Formats: sequence, structure tokens, C-alpha cells
Amino acid sequence: MHNTSTAKINNKIKRSSPIVVFLKYMVLVCAVVIVVVPLIVVFLGSFKSHREFYNSGVFSPPTKLEWGNYKTAFIDGKVLLGLKNTIIILVISCFGTILTGSMTAFVLQRFKNHFSSTVKWLFLIATLLPSISMQVTVYQIILKMGLVDTIFAPIVLYVGTDIISIYIFMQFLNNISISLDESAIMDGASYFRIYFQIILPLLKPAIATILIIKMVGIYNDFYTAQLYMPSKHLAVVSTALYRFIGPYGGRWEVIFAGIIITIIPMLIIFLSLQKYIYAGLVSGSVKG
Amino acid sequence: MDKDTKSARTQAEVPRKGALSNYKVQKTITTITFMLIPLLLLIVLTYIPATNMLIYSFQDRTQFSVNDSFVGFDNYLTVFSQPEYFRPLLNSLYYLAGSFIQLSLALLLASIICSKVRFANIFKGFIFFPYMINGVAIALIFVRFFQLGDGFITTDGALNSIIKLFGGEGVKFLSDPLSANISLVFVSIWRYIGFDFVMFMGAIQSISPDLYEASDLDGANSWQRFQYIVFPSIRPIIGLQMILAIKGAISVFEIPYIMTGGKFGTSTFVIQTIETAFKYNKVGLASAMAIILLAIIIIVTVIQKLIFREEA
Repeated sequence: MHNTSTAKINNKIKRSSPIVVFLKYMVLVCAVVIVVVPLIVVFLGSFKSHREFYNSGVFSPPTKLEWGNYKTAFIDGKVLLGLKNTIIILVISCFGTILTGSMTAFVLQRFKNHFSSTVKWLFLIATLLPSISMQVTVYQIILKMGLVDTIFAPIVLYVGTDIISIYIFMQFLNNISISLDESAIMDGASYFRIYFQIILPLLKPAIATILIIKMVGIYNDFYTAQLYMPSKHLAVVSTALYRFIGPYGGRWEVIFAGIIITIIPMLIIFLSLQKYIYAGLVSGSVKG
Repeated sequence: MDKDTKSARTQAEVPRKGALSNYKVQKTITTITFMLIPLLLLIVLTYIPATNMLIYSFQDRTQFSVNDSFVGFDNYLTVFSQPEYFRPLLNSLYYLAGSFIQLSLALLLASIICSKVRFANIFKGFIFFPYMINGVAIALIFVRFFQLGDGFITTDGALNSIIKLFGGEGVKFLSDPLSANISLVFVSIWRYIGFDFVMFMGAIQSISPDLYEASDLDGANSWQRFQYIVFPSIRPIIGLQMILAIKGAISVFEIPYIMTGGKFGTSTFVIQTIETAFKYNKVGLASAMAIILLAIIIIVTVIQKLIFREEA
């Protein structure tokens, strides 16, 4: 017994030669450097005064912290407004998606009949359509609905064209035993009660997954807001930042401050929910 | 006593039976109330626009159309005969090549992280985090990163600073078609590699540890282990990621749209479609372009289904 375990250890030592270990860490460190260098430059630059920005090297730290850039980006650059609008859109869209997505999945997964299998196909085919190119004709529909340049345009689109969520809910529903429903039916519960009191609480992990995917997706989405909400007061994080290009074209220190502001919320969320984010993305992508 | 329970039971059974036959009606009611809004949205936001797109693609049509005469296949002919419309499609090849580099790097990084390294979580976090950053922020970061100072208003960005530090000459990365496209592909890899990386890690970690132990006992080295255990186990994920890479490469939009506006030969098919529709107001032509993109995606998907069916 003792012999085999030492053999195992010897084996391991023989296998990972120092060169391989060195190369492994080299690759990892290189990757980290490539990720970090562009971000460090932004971070340092965001604290420099306009004069210092153009007279110092990109890697030199600021001599004095210039918080004014952040103030300009927040208020004049409308990043604060963008954050507010993004959060409103995010909350309503997530609520809508979770409700409609889980209800749809409930019907499609639990009631096996011609109707549900046809609808399943309709949803499946819809995933093929290229979302940005589709806006060529979706735009006219949203226009006819009178939603262009209102906050409801992105909300309706985020809720109404999210098919991945339905699939995630269906996958989770697959693992919730149907005998739960059956025993509830025996006790005389209605389908509404089964859905709200039994199924929905059990779908919590699926809801967490969808919230994460939705959050990253909506926070980072640019084109929906760019196309449907041209008004300045309807800026979201992406469009507020995009509109820096004109007025602050030569003022990179302000643009950098804006960039850092938009990164911080995501950084906080990432650091606190790391494990769930990885798991959520993996389970969300199975149905690509 | 005995009689009492019996009657109680039958009493309970009567509404139950009634309820059961009632469930058919209930199913219909539930289906209608639960599906009404989702189905309506699906039809209004997906199927009606898709149908319109097909119809418009045969019309000479503008955004606020008054004149929508039928023009047959003219729009499709225009797309394939005028370089300004089909050339952007060729730019997808840059992104396709980039995707394969991205997938290989992601796989390499994922296998390294999964092979018991120190600080694995920290490395993982760094490599993944760019995926969480706003696309506009990334585009702006790299516009500056690649910038070459003109000596008056702008100064060198990080990359040209480094090049000059080592005695090289500054490069205008974003204004020559070749270097601009390569730079944009680099940004795209920087942004999305974390996603592939996490996917591969998920797949590698779901491999049963027994297999590793068995290979340990057989004295397999890291490469053999990768070749005979890891690679076969994650092949379906690699296949899926490749299909997604192809679809992604023909649908590139955001990074070049923000960074170069599609100038200097960096336009993509989707940028061209959107500009045709919303800038040049040619909805008919843009619809034809969207239909062509859809056709390509359908072909790729069918190929994917055939390959996956063979494997299953």
C-alpha cells in the first residue's frame, strides 16, 4: 500500500517537469498582462488633468488625482443618467422575461400536445434570425406601436425576443418531477396554483442563471438603445458612453473616467457573484 | 365509525373526479393565459418582421415607404454585383480566422488552469473579466490603445508608446485595411475569449476524476491525458463553439461599428445592412441583405445538425 502511493508521487514529480510548469505560468502571466495593460492605461489616464494627459507617458501614474474628470463624465456626460435608465430597463425586462419565459416553458414542457410541439418549433426557428439585421423591419413595427424613443422599446424587445430563457426554464423543468404536479392535481390544486406555488419556487436556480445572462446582455447591449432611443434623456450606459466620442473627442481623460465608471458596477457584481456567473453562463450556453 | 369514514371518503372523491375531468378545460385556460402574451410578442416581433423582410427584399422600398414597387430579384443582384455590398462579407474571413485562434487559446488556457496551478481562481478571473465589460467601453479603450499621436492634438496610445520605447516606428493601426481588420479582430478576441474559456473549463471539470486517476495509474503524461481523455470528452463543446464562431464571424457588428465606423475597409455585412437601411434609407435592399445573412446562417445550422446527428 505504502509502496503504490510513493510510486504515484514519484510519477507525479516525474511528469510535471520544471520547464512545463514554467511555460504554464508564462502563458497565464502573458494572458493576464494582455488583459490588464489596456485597462491600467485607462485607469491611470482617468485621474490626469488634460494638460498632464498629453504631456506624460501613458504608463506614468498621475501626479495629482483629478477627480473632475469623473464629475464631468457622471453629470455632463450623462453616465449617471445612463446608469439610472439601464437599471430601470434591466429590472422591468428581467421581471417580464422571468414571468413570460417560465410560463411559456411550463406550458410547453408540461402539456404535451400538438399545440405545444408546434409552438416549440416556432420558438426554435426564431433563434436562427440574426438579431441586428432583423432591426431593418422590426424598426417599423416598433414605430407603428408608437414605442420609438420611449423606454418601452428596449423593454419589449428584451422580453419579447428572448428565447434562450425559455430553453433554460424548460431544461430545469425537465428535472422537476412531474409526479409533483400529479400529486398536487390529486389534492385538487389548479394549474395556476401548481405553477405559482410549486414550480416557480423550484425554478429559483434557473431564475438566477437567467438574471445573470440578462444582466450582462442588457448592460452591454449597445445597438437596441442606439437605434430606438435617440433622445439624450433616454441615454443608457452604452449610448451615454458612445456619445462621448463627439463632444469629448479630444478629451481622453474624461472618456477614460466614463469607461471606469461603467466598469465598476460590473466589477463589483463579478467579484461577488463569480461562481454563479461561471455556472450560469455554462448552463445558459448549452442551447446555443 | 366505519361507515362514517367510508362516506367521508366518497364525499372527498366526488369533487376529485369532477375536478379531474375539469382539468382538460383548465389546461386550455392555462395555455391561453400563459401563452397569449409570449406568443403575441413572438409573432409581432419575430414572424411578422421576418415575413415583411422577405416581401420587402423584392421591393424598391424606403423607410417611410410610399413607393414600394415589385422589382423581382433586383435587390439580390445589386448585393452580389456591387463590391460595396458584398466585399464586407469577405471581412468575415478575418473574424473567422480570429475565432479559431480564440478557440485554441481559450482551450489552452482552460487546460492549463484545470491542471492544478496556483492562484487558478485569480488567473481565471482576469482572463474572464473582459467579457463582462461594456462593448462601447471596450471599443473606446482600444481606439485609444491603437492611436498614433499626430504631434499636435493627440499623443501616442499604449501600443505605439511601447513600439517607440523599443525603437520602432509608430503605426496607424486603424487606418489601413489590413492592420485595421487585424486590430479589430484582436479586440474581438480580447473581449470574447473569456466566454469560450469558461465554457471549456466547465466541460473539462465535468470529466469524471476516475478517468484521471486511471490515466495516472497508467503513467500518462499531460499531453497524453489531453489527447486521450480531455479532448474526446469536450469534442461536442468544441463543435458547438466552432459553429457559434462561424455564426459570430458573419454577424460582427459592434466593435468595428464603434471603433472605425466601418471605414478603411473594415465594414462588415451587418454594418452595411444597417447603414443601407437607416442611413441610406434603402429598406428593400437592406432586407435582401438580411435575407442573405439568414440563408447563410440556415445553411451553417443545417450542416451543424447533420454533423451532430452523425456523432449521436
